[in-house]
Amino acid sequence: MMSTDLSILLPEVMLAFYAMVSLIVVVYTGKDDSARPLTVLTAIVFAGLAFWIGYAGSGSELAFYGSFISDPFSRFAKVGILLSAAAVLLISMEYMSRRGLLRFEYPVLISLSVVGMMVMVSAGDLMVLYMGLELQSLAAYVIASIRRDSVRSTEAGLKYFVLGALSSGLLLYGASLTYGFSGTTLFAGIFEAAAGDVSIGLLFGLAFLLAGFAFKISAAPFHMWTPDVYEGAPTPVTAFFATAPKLAAMALLARVMHDAFGTIVGDWQQIIAFLAVFSMFLGAIAAIGQRNIKRLMAYSSISHMGFALMGLASGTLFGVQAMLIYMAIYLTMNVGAFAFILSMEKDGRPVTDIESLHMYSKREPLRALAMLVLLFSLAGVPPLVGFFGKLYVLQAAVQGGLSWLAILGVIASVISAFYYLRIVYYMYFGTERDSLDPPSSPVLWSVLMVCALAMVFGVINLFGVDALAAQAAAALVN
Amino acid sequence: MGNILSLTTFMPLIGAAILALFLRGDDEAAQANAKWVALGATAFTFVASLFILAGFDRDVAAFQFVEDHEWLLGLHYRMGVDGISVLFVMLTTFLMPLTIAACWNVTHRVKEYMIAFLVLETLMLGVFMALDLVLFYLFFEGGLIPMFLIIGIWGGKDRIYAAFKFFLYTFLGSVLMLVAMVTMANVAGTTCIAACGEGEVSLLTFNFSSETMPILGWQITGGLQTLLWLAFFASFAVKMPMWPVHTWLPDAHVQAPTAGSVVLAAILLKMGGYGFLRFSLPMFPVASDILGPLVLWLSAIAIVYASLVALVQEDMKKLIAYSSVAHMGYVTAGIFAANQQGIDGAIFQMLSHGFVSGALFLCVGVVYDRMHTREIDAYGGLVNRMPAYAFVFLLFTMANVGLPGTSGFVGEFLTLMGIFQANTWVALVATSGVILSAAYALWLYRRVVLGDLIKEALRSITDMTGREKAIFAPLVVMTILLGVYPSLVIDIIEVSTANLIHDVGIAQEAAAGAIQTAQTAAASH
Repeated sequence: MMSTDLSILLPEVMLAFYAMVSLIVVVYTGKDDSARPLTVLTAIVFAGLAFWIGYAGSGSELAFYGSFISDPFSRFAKVGILLSAAAVLLISMEYMSRRGLLRFEYPVLISLSVVGMMVMVSAGDLMVLYMGLELQSLAAYVIASIRRDSVRSTEAGLKYFVLGALSSGLLLYGASLTYGFSGTTLFAGIFEAAAGDVSIGLLFGLAFLLAGFAFKISAAPFHMWTPDVYEGAPTPVTAFFATAPKLAAMALLARVMHDAFGTIVGDWQQIIAFLAVFSMFLGAIAAIGQRNIKRLMAYSSISHMGFALMGLASGTLFGVQAMLIYMAIYLTMNVGAFAFILSMEKDGRPVTDIESLHMYSKREPLRALAMLVLLFSLAGVPPLVGFFGKLYVLQAAVQGGLSWLAILGVIASVISAFYYLRIVYYMYFGTERDSLDPPSSPVLWSVLMVCALAMVFGVINLFGVDALAAQAAAALVN
Repeated sequence: MGNILSLTTFMPLIGAAILALFLRGDDEAAQANAKWVALGATAFTFVASLFILAGFDRDVAAFQFVEDHEWLLGLHYRMGVDGISVLFVMLTTFLMPLTIAACWNVTHRVKEYMIAFLVLETLMLGVFMALDLVLFYLFFEGGLIPMFLIIGIWGGKDRIYAAFKFFLYTFLGSVLMLVAMVTMANVAGTTCIAACGEGEVSLLTFNFSSETMPILGWQITGGLQTLLWLAFFASFAVKMPMWPVHTWLPDAHVQAPTAGSVVLAAILLKMGGYGFLRFSLPMFPVASDILGPLVLWLSAIAIVYASLVALVQEDMKKLIAYSSVAHMGYVTAGIFAANQQGIDGAIFQMLSHGFVSGALFLCVGVVYDRMHTREIDAYGGLVNRMPAYAFVFLLFTMANVGLPGTSGFVGEFLTLMGIFQANTWVALVATSGVILSAAYALWLYRRVVLGDLIKEALRSITDMTGREKAIFAPLVVMTILLGVYPSLVIDIIEVSTANLIHDVGIAQEAAAGAIQTAQTAAASH
């Protein structure tokens, strides 16, 4: 029994083992000299695990009496998390090593954080959920302040920690209320307890849980930490925060809502719809005034989380599918955009002011074009793939009877188009100024190009993600 | 020949890919190569489209050359043309080589400029051929990206403002359409505009509910149809553009480079009219019946208002832009008159306006290239130095006014006939636009071309070059040809438009009948 349980958990166990072994080995050997190979190795391990999970896994299996679930849904999320984390590791190397930040702790911490996320998306129990969430978050707090001697970075880490702890508190409070009123921490048990008459206590528990999750996915009005942390943390770390953890938290949210509270869709639907509207508009409007591209990306991600929540708010199987597709597209766009941002340097120092992009297209036509594609895709302008993400969630919302949400969503998307266009404006229409350094890293170049090409050619069939997401959603919603 | 439509649509894109991948450097030779490649690609596209026209069966109302492939999310990649769309395809392919030839003097970032136009052509052709809602939207909205760049990079002094206004205005208009499309897909269970096989549901044959629907305490007459109609209207009215949402157009026209203005006026505006014909009228016939009078009156206001505004313009391009708004007023009124003359006239007017307004913007471009100003006051007496130009400009001015013998006359006459049958008062107001258009167009011509050449700067101005004459020649031919032999167009569109009007009539009668039955039922209770 134990061995079957463990075999289901094998990828997580292996990754945790890998993280600890590499920690010990590196401490006793080369320390920071081996940081570079270790980062590459970690990326390879991530990618390998992603392929393994993607190809080997089949069907739905429960481990440890249902507290850990391995099904197409969790595998979809895990593959997304692992691949985006691998991509982020690759694009961060150049930047980190140039600034002396490429310590061996970096890949190790990211591995631990990824283990946490993998546990999160597989959780079938509130305790497991919390364990995963905390592992992910604690590692993330440390990574945020990895630039120890920078006030901004440490401030970002501290802020992230304090607010994260608060959200964990809310989450725990919700979890204990839920436990108190349903008598179990297993999602399957809560599902049964929530059928029929729902006690007010359980609803309170639900609301607190939702507040905690909203913190993690930085949905407004629980978004306050996002711009500061994004700005303060080193850019590769920001790239990491903007990608994998978002997918993990979103998947976790979908899991809890459908597996544990699937019988009271109407109750959480309105909360999520509210979060969606608020995030879309706040993200769209607050980003207009930003000059710092990292803060801008922070608001942009808030707005995108609003759209992903729109899919979830429909409360249907198709809604979950739409959310997963949206998140997959979002990850790709963000990895590409951060590969671009990481290459913005002047005199060897990173630049984040969007005004520095004046007439970028003149000097780097191909990069500018790739970024242009990504920006229009982020804005959801057809015929790029970003549009399909929007189309899926809109369809989900309309099918779920939330036409008003769809209408508000598209209006928000017009507002947010403005600030993406503004970056295009600087790159293409501006006047020539003193220029940024010519970017050198081939890794950043290729990641940027791959992401941009994916945004164009994905139109043909979304690379099959569509069908995989449908499978994943079917496993979750029944 | 099974996929001639896709071939035609994507041929410009292949040209763009060749430019992007294989053309290096920015010296004069590279620039010339870019222009020739672009010209070649558009010319080939035109040739390919001739095959479509040649193979087109004008006695059939159904879609022809249909291609169908499964796509994501139950969508289809489905292309096809009928009598309504085939001529817009021809208009696009015909004008694009001329447009490319018209930007031969550009020296700033030539390669990108050509790529933008080629991508734009693919997207425009796709709009007229798409037979799937989302595919249509993809092409319809995608056109914003290259046009945004064309205005923003190669435009005039206030190009940034104009580019943003153009993009956001039209984007806002069409996102509502997107929600409507999603709703339609949801209600009808398909996104296909026309059916391929027997018994397949398609949006053109689906009956959207027109039962009165309460929303937030309002009773919406026409129900779902009205709501969907309004959402589509938001998009197409902005694109057209109709009064009062026309304000982006003068800005965009004035700031866009000559070739950009030509494409904008000649082709992009037609997407709005095409959309009304393809979606609003046939898919929501009851709502069109209810809201038709509104469109007729808005069009009448547009005709008079835009003509009056055109009278006081100081900038040549702005004047022509307002004249476009006025002429599009005839188109919208003709479409929603919903009778044979009105719709035939609207299509004719759109095609004619494509040639005429395109040519007028090119005329402005000719003198702008020489003097670098569009101020009307900066010119005068050009006939003394530029006789050929004076002739061409005169011809298109007359066509713009609607002089018999030019294509402008046929379109205006037919639409006015159609409007007269639908609403006499609107026809009365709209007819006054004919006189007003004569006033602003002739006055423009007098101030720019006639009189003595007294401005010092103009003394050395040269007449049109061979290249410019070659660009205008086909346009002159088409304008006169359509003017004296309109059946050339009418023969092709007739069957499809008759079919459209027939279907709309049946649907409207059925709805009226249903209301009557309901009323008698209520009365008998």
